[in-house]
Amino acid sequence: MSHQYTADYDAYAGKSAETRHLKPGELSTGTTIMAVQFDGGVVLCADSRVSTGSYVANRASDKIAQLHDHIWCCRSGSAADTQALTDYVRHFLSQLAVETGRLPEVKVAAHLMRRLCYQNKDNLMAGVIVGGWDPVCGGTVYNIPVGGACIPMPFALGGSGSTYIYGLVDAEYRENMTKDEALALVRKAVAHAMARDGSSGGIIRTLVATEEGNVRDYVSGNMLPYGPAGW
Amino acid sequence: MASSGSGYDLSSSTFSPDGRIFQIEYAAKAVENAGTALGLRCADGVVLAVEKPLVNRMLVARTTGGYTRSTSTRASRSRVSSATAGRSLTGRGRRRAITRRHHGTKIPPATLSSRISAYVHYFTLHGALRPFGASTLVAAYDTGTKRHSLHMIEPSGVCYEYYGAAAGRGRQPARTEMEKLVVNPSRVPEGGEMISVSEGVRQLAKIIHSLHDDAKDKPFELEMSWLCEGSGWKHEGVPREIIAGAVEWAKKEIENEGENDEEGDDDEDDEMEE
Repeated sequence: MSHQYTADYDAYAGKSAETRHLKPGELSTGTTIMAVQFDGGVVLCADSRVSTGSYVANRASDKIAQLHDHIWCCRSGSAADTQALTDYVRHFLSQLAVETGRLPEVKVAAHLMRRLCYQNKDNLMAGVIVGGWDPVCGGTVYNIPVGGACIPMPFALGGSGSTYIYGLVDAEYRENMTKDEALALVRKAVAHAMARDGSSGGIIRTLVATEEGNVRDYVSGNMLPYGPAGW
Repeated sequence: MASSGSGYDLSSSTFSPDGRIFQIEYAAKAVENAGTALGLRCADGVVLAVEKPLVNRMLVARTTGGYTRSTSTRASRSRVSSATAGRSLTGRGRRRAITRRHHGTKIPPATLSSRISAYVHYFTLHGALRPFGASTLVAAYDTGTKRHSLHMIEPSGVCYEYYGAAAGRGRQPARTEMEKLVVNPSRVPEGGEMISVSEGVRQLAKIIHSLHDDAKDKPFELEMSWLCEGSGWKHEGVPREIIAGAVEWAKKEIENEGENDEEGDDDEDDEMEE
């Protein structure tokens, strides 16, 4: 039931393995996204580039979407698909919160997202990282890659730029990091990915979700910890 | 009943002139005539007890099917009255519990109960449907809040949370008996403590046995189950040795009380009878 590809090499011209699944003109968030758990919450991080082929359609987009009060997700893949997915999950979660009269668990958000991603895998191009805080499990990160698996992880990477930084993150990640250590790690890692990956760039957006609330921040393009600005 | 023959009781979509739906009252009546079912929320768990009447004296008691069922490992229910209505509802509860499990967590007790109650209520709204002739006791553990609870759903679809709930023939005297137990956390007497599950099993056995008149009533099997700290918060049948021990204790207690009553005032006697 998967896509059938003809050996039409022109159709592949200038497209990476990740972007060739997109329709002509479809926007991709050809992306670097990341989430790290720490004691009491999670840090989510994303670059801000949205591209159509080689054209940068938006250089300061927001790939970190809110699903519920303390639950967020990082989007990668087709911009349209991931926006529709987050809209659905946000809708179901708000209904569930009213029915149960309590804050939904991050696990529930991740499982809803996984169900949509898996059941529509033939029509979607979406890799999502769901992360947030809930009263039962605290800070939690779930990775939902293309295909619709759902994997709880202490930290997760996603998007085209992630391949450049697995080694870096594996070397630098430690268990039980503080919030500030986690923030420093995601900024450094995503800056490296943005420097190497053509489809990632712009600014670094971060979000810290804890019991107390959510704190957004960004690092502008000329202040990146690594990359052309610092070379 | 005053309602029969009036023509207002033919459908659950017909109101009587004074605003009642007789079909629901008939369903409630069916529950009132069935074996007693009790639920008690104790300090460390919930106990369910059902007086399961044996229709025929020659029946092998254990083969008559359970009145307490597990909807999932964390929630359980016991039913009263019409076997078919009860089975249909239990199946529904299982599916409900499973639906929520798709979201990766266990369904909260209040949500499960209110969904069952919405379903039961639906059957009181249509002319083509009949209300369920069954009351449902839901004992469940909430994995999110680490609290256990007991809910009861009646044929009308009404659903409340209880410290002690009773349905069936002996519900009225059973309630008066249960009110004497310390099950309400906000009304624990000074120096006293909440009743434990093991004590709850004995008390429920005593209530069921004291309400039963061997001369008048059909023989019965006492079915008990619990969901407690000791069972790992899973719904399990109370081991047969424990039930047997509780019944033995209960019978002795009832005998003692009977002797005391004969000596002193016998106002307790009225309470024991239906």
